[in-house]
Amino acid sequence: MPLSLSKPLNKSFVKLLSNSVKLSVIIIAVCVSLTLSKPVLANETASDIEFEVSGNVAIEQRYFFKDALYSEQLSHSQTSFSVEPEFYWQWNDGSDSIIFTPFYRVDSHDDQRTHGDIRELAYVHASDDWELRVGIRKEFWGVTEFQHLVDVINQTDGVEDFDGEDKLGQQMINLSLVNDWGIVDVFLLPGFRERTYAGEEGRLRGPLVVDENNVSYESSAGQQHLDFALRWAHSVGDFDLGAYWFHGTNREAYLSPSPQEPQSNIVSSSLQQYYAQMDQLGVDVQATLGEWLWKFESIYRSTSLEDFWATQGGFEYSFIGVFDSTLDLGLLMEHSWDSRGEVALGAQGSLLQNDLFIGARLAFNDMQSSEILMGLGSDLDHNAFSFLIEASRRFGDNFIASFDVRLLQSNEPNDLLYTLSNDDHAQLSLAWYF
Amino acid sequence: MLTKKILISALSALSLLVVSNVSFALSAEEQKGLDISLEAKKRDLGWQDSTADMLMLLRNKQGQESIREIKMKSLEVNNDGDKSLTIFNKPRDVKGTAFLSFSHPVEADEQWLFLPALKRVKRISSRNKSGPFMGSEFAFEDLSSFEVEKYTYKFLAEEELNGLKTFKVEQYPADENSGYTRRIVWIDTQEYLVHKIDFYDRKDSLLKTLSFKGYKQYLAKHWRADTQEMINHQNGKSTELKWSNYAFKTGLSDGDFNRNSLKRAR
Repeated sequence: MPLSLSKPLNKSFVKLLSNSVKLSVIIIAVCVSLTLSKPVLANETASDIEFEVSGNVAIEQRYFFKDALYSEQLSHSQTSFSVEPEFYWQWNDGSDSIIFTPFYRVDSHDDQRTHGDIRELAYVHASDDWELRVGIRKEFWGVTEFQHLVDVINQTDGVEDFDGEDKLGQQMINLSLVNDWGIVDVFLLPGFRERTYAGEEGRLRGPLVVDENNVSYESSAGQQHLDFALRWAHSVGDFDLGAYWFHGTNREAYLSPSPQEPQSNIVSSSLQQYYAQMDQLGVDVQATLGEWLWKFESIYRSTSLEDFWATQGGFEYSFIGVFDSTLDLGLLMEHSWDSRGEVALGAQGSLLQNDLFIGARLAFNDMQSSEILMGLGSDLDHNAFSFLIEASRRFGDNFIASFDVRLLQSNEPNDLLYTLSNDDHAQLSLAWYF
Repeated sequence: MLTKKILISALSALSLLVVSNVSFALSAEEQKGLDISLEAKKRDLGWQDSTADMLMLLRNKQGQESIREIKMKSLEVNNDGDKSLTIFNKPRDVKGTAFLSFSHPVEADEQWLFLPALKRVKRISSRNKSGPFMGSEFAFEDLSSFEVEKYTYKFLAEEELNGLKTFKVEQYPADENSGYTRRIVWIDTQEYLVHKIDFYDRKDSLLKTLSFKGYKQYLAKHWRADTQEMINHQNGKSTELKWSNYAFKTGLSDGDFNRNSLKRAR
């Protein structure tokens, strides 16, 4: 086992290393910013540097109920271990800070899931009505729960989890300006991160493995293309509004079977990635009206290959203190729509072209912060559904145990869910927070 | 034309009557109850902004303890409710979580939550007044800033409490989402400080008692209690709040209470 782990470990370290070399520009920028802020530091006597370490270490066990669909895939059991410390320094009473959050996961089977990332390595300077943030960071946009349509800055760390909520750190220079009429954020994003995909042995993938070494870009600058984004966000009474324009590399790759090599007699066994350039406009709106939260997100994306619209909208309703108890029950419903409509497996498009999601969130409001979330997704164009349960509870002061179950079903052989229908699984994880 | 004019003036006279009626309708006990709270609020005006650290000790019936470590920043807003930023440090799994609230005396409060794992700012419903705060015996409404308009009042009696002369006042929440039918509050006649509150649940039975201990005066004006102990009579649990590092007029401004400051709050 240690032998089989050492290879992917080395590979990931090399990746990590080359990544950090690409970040030299950012690091120089950080240093410049630090130097700029130094005179302030020297002048103020009360500007002690405060340092803090926190983070978590977690062990996770997955169990797949059915045998693997493809012979290379792991059979039933998958174990992994992850660590994510956070180092934080602040001075000038918190006006200046540096955060460093490395992340590493070791997986018992999937080489691709054994990976590391710098989630954050950034310097932030905050003034009264502006902030400058330089380095590797995470930036989230959006209001909906079942799909994060407008969230575009960070690349998805696809091997982490099925829900796509885990993100890779993104290099950026971000200037944030606070005005009476809203917050305006300007982003310069030097350097692009490729999405992570399950490897040969990994579950939760289609029949073909995505080849991490066969990547091409529309832009001649490739991974070095300088992306740009401009966002406005504001709260007006019961409404929270956001709108943006993004210009740069599409975070979603176009995947196509790799051309066969002449001497090879194997049929194409992998997918190559092609990252196009895109312009994307996005809006997000939430109306908070008493117990009702109304949510809407929409994007318009234009690439050299296609133009399309997509929306995600719905509501969340909260019952406070159900059954005369301290329990809160939230009911959620959302609909996804994509102008590209139904697409065949392997073609470009969205899985969520006309899908309905319903969910229920039960918060026990107890000392252990016990919580259960249930969700059901259903494709209205053909017979496919997904079901999930997520339950979590605190043990003692520093442990969180989570138990997740995910079931995927489709009768449509053209659907990605069909290729995943043997991947129903339960997952138990225990995390220690420090 | 003339009739119209008469009608309008009659209507405005009527509406004036309705408005002033509110104060007219108050009985002597109601007026005295209101006056006590107005005086208490008036005496604490002008703190501008404050920061403090809060330690919450949650105890269940079996005596098991759990700790919450929280930092609070507040900004006094003239003629409106206060703004506050609540930053969680313990339990460790919620470290970095922060809560921004713009409270309003009558309209719904505006509240946002920052979730550090996703770096997500979420606008949340402020309807949840009666729910427990962080699994403690304090409800959200018990921790929100006191605004006179949030209650109607009735003075009950003058009573001695732990050797102090106090006003005993009944307070009825104006908000229908409150978890209480009424609160009975003991306010001392010297400094107008709250020393004890009895909370009555929706069925009007005694639910909780909150006691304030160790009042200290800051900037020769503003009194704050070091310790608040909430005992739930119905489930046998209790929560103790210990305040430390109180500071006033630290120079906080509106800029310290927006989405950006919520995201980097420590």
